[in-house]
Amino acid sequence: MAALITQAPILIIAIPLVAAFLTPLIGMASKKARNALVIVSLVFVAFLVFALARDVVINGIHVYTLGATSPGQTIPTGFMVPVRIILEIDAMSAFFSIIWSIVSLAAAIYSLSHIANETGQTRFYTLLLLMVTGGFGMMFTGDLFNLFVFLEIASISGGALIAFRTRFGDTQEGGFKYIVVSAIAGLMVLFATGILYGQYNSLNIAILAQAIQYTTLDQIALALLLIAFAMKTGMVPLHLWFPDAYSVAPASITGMLVITSHACMYAAFRVCFTLYGAVIDAPVVGWILIAFGLLTMFIGVTMAVFQKDVMRFMSYHAISQLGYMWLGVGVGLAVLGNPGLLATYGRDAMSGGIFHILNHAMYKPLLFFTGGALFHLTGTRDLAKMGGLAHKMKWTTILYIIGTLSISGIPPLNGFSSKILIYESVYQFNPIFTVIGIIVSILTLASFTKAFHSAFMGAELPEYKGVKGVPRSMIVGMVILAAGIIFITLFPAQIVNWILHPAADALIDRGAYINAVTGVIP
Amino acid sequence: MEHMPLNFPFLAAALLAAVSFYIMIFKKNLIKLIMGIAMMSSAVNLFLVALGYRAGGNAPIYTDVPEGPMVLPVPQALTLTSIVINVAVLALMLTMVMQIYRHTGSLDSEKSRKLKG
Amino acid sequence: MLSKIVRTVANQLIVFILIFGLYVIAHGHLTPGGGFQGGAVIVSGVVMLLVAFSSKELKKSLRERVLTILESTGALIFAALAFAGIGTAFFYNLLVDTPIFGRIPPTGPGPGDFWTGGVVPLMNFAVGLKVVAGLSAVVLAMALFSSGEEVEE
Repeated sequence: MAALITQAPILIIAIPLVAAFLTPLIGMASKKARNALVIVSLVFVAFLVFALARDVVINGIHVYTLGATSPGQTIPTGFMVPVRIILEIDAMSAFFSIIWSIVSLAAAIYSLSHIANETGQTRFYTLLLLMVTGGFGMMFTGDLFNLFVFLEIASISGGALIAFRTRFGDTQEGGFKYIVVSAIAGLMVLFATGILYGQYNSLNIAILAQAIQYTTLDQIALALLLIAFAMKTGMVPLHLWFPDAYSVAPASITGMLVITSHACMYAAFRVCFTLYGAVIDAPVVGWILIAFGLLTMFIGVTMAVFQKDVMRFMSYHAISQLGYMWLGVGVGLAVLGNPGLLATYGRDAMSGGIFHILNHAMYKPLLFFTGGALFHLTGTRDLAKMGGLAHKMKWTTILYIIGTLSISGIPPLNGFSSKILIYESVYQFNPIFTVIGIIVSILTLASFTKAFHSAFMGAELPEYKGVKGVPRSMIVGMVILAAGIIFITLFPAQIVNWILHPAADALIDRGAYINAVTGVIP
Repeated sequence: MEHMPLNFPFLAAALLAAVSFYIMIFKKNLIKLIMGIAMMSSAVNLFLVALGYRAGGNAPIYTDVPEGPMVLPVPQALTLTSIVINVAVLALMLTMVMQIYRHTGSLDSEKSRKLKG
Repeated sequence: MLSKIVRTVANQLIVFILIFGLYVIAHGHLTPGGGFQGGAVIVSGVVMLLVAFSSKELKKSLRERVLTILESTGALIFAALAFAGIGTAFFYNLLVDTPIFGRIPPTGPGPGDFWTGGVVPLMNFAVGLKVVAGLSAVVLAMALFSSGEEVEE
């Protein structure tokens, strides 16, 4: 078991990759074996992720060097700097990987019946497993160039999956916009990596964090990196592609795309706090993040209020919830240089932002899955054409209600816990932010209630009399996420102590990150 | 070669990037947009390869190489990976444009938009 | 389909392109080249055949099932070679000091020795196989799509 945990970082990345290339071969033989392969590999990866996360929280940062004489030997004998590819997992990476493994398992189970009538299903599962690989690689990597490579792997697979249903025309348009934005963001990341390599002769994040000074070229690299990751997470004013891409994709893929945008947010945090942590102009960058976070929250929810397409409406809400996370972590960054304020409310603000990432990753894919169930039954995404579906979709109605109460921050569900944490700590920074946050919550609840009325309530419409209920595997996928929500609702204190405070501390304390690579060799 | 100022490749990369930004913002034809992205990837690749140059250096391989300093090999590996990724991205974008043309009959980004609001 | 002269010349030239591509793949650890570069050279030869003969003719020789199997096999060989050293670490070069590609060359300039490099030349062949199969499938699918047919499941 200890050997499995030592090798776990690379196994978590390599097993979906190998399964992705086995899928075409097995898919030619039998469909059931292919489905079983996908589910079994994702379950095994989830088990490894939980074991590794528990070990990281108890024992500290894990390091894995590819191709060395032992996994922990980061610097070869006789050298002064690390020369190999290094994977480095601290509490923040472990936190994101837990979310990714749960959501990808739920999405794979959901897809078993959601795409059952499409052609080319083998390619769908291959691309889904490749997207899983890309996501894990982005969260585990220890150097900037691997971040670029895995970001592009996830983007290419995601774009191909958005445009998967080629019989519709709007899916192609959404996929094209997604690929263009991802290509430009990837090229900006590569440009910034080139600038940093030319100055400091190293690609490793820990070595760069030790050697960095805040010259003009470094500031240009920071601006490029932050703009690239903000483009990928849909921060206003770079959000125009976001609803187009998320509304036309198959619903399981939309759920995974939400977590991919969270992974890009993780990369932005890694750049701001760890890479540039020693030299960054913390109040300026923090205030920029806070300002754009507030703008994102507000514009997201106001654009969502008058949408008619159910998936488009939910994706605007996804934009606005992402603004909450930028707000929480931005407040933490703004007081990073001030230890007193950091201990008072900065660490809590960061914990609140990270808690909101966890909650959003549970209820947002759940809401997208219910939207997909609506599309699967009625064949349309237009809310005006739906009505009275609560009679046919009892489970889906209950899960939709759970999701709505979560996203609006109604006690006692998990959305309330993270929002109260953000409101309390941000209030001490500047009270106006809390007021804006509460207004956005109220508008969120209002728009979701309106959608609930038009889709589920009312008398049964004659055109939907003959449809059967929602298929079982889709319900299982949604129940997995709802179980996560209920678990967080029942045990918020344990979640905060065991997962969130270690993650926030891992961002604030970059010395441990650097020492894991340059320090004592076992 | 010795009379060329040493930051000439970086100026060329900056010029390519500027032209590609102009194309991506102001041109409406979808194929021209893809060409703009290809040009921008060429700019970044040129920038990466030019980073590693050392004056008077030889190719960084040991087979039959003359004496003297060598240029840095790491940016060349980065450039190679970037070229491979851009091949995949361009193939995917071209396929999507072909499907958009089949569905809407036009390559103009204003006329072939269905998603609005 | 182009004229008979073009088809005959293409049939003769493909042999040389194939040999040059295989040379670039095989000597990737000594001279500039390797898996992707050699694979791209061979795919340019396939594109030449696609232009000379039409895509409908080429579809009879390059069947889509065969290309998929070759592509997955190439990737799985690469992953198997990477996993082979998992006892020490992933990607560990365990063929150094063994008779298969295992000689250690002296550091410094000199004529290259082909039987060096360990796992690297074998990985070059696997990547070359994958690139040839993958990019040929892409080019063939695009040509078939624009001439009106579809590739079946």
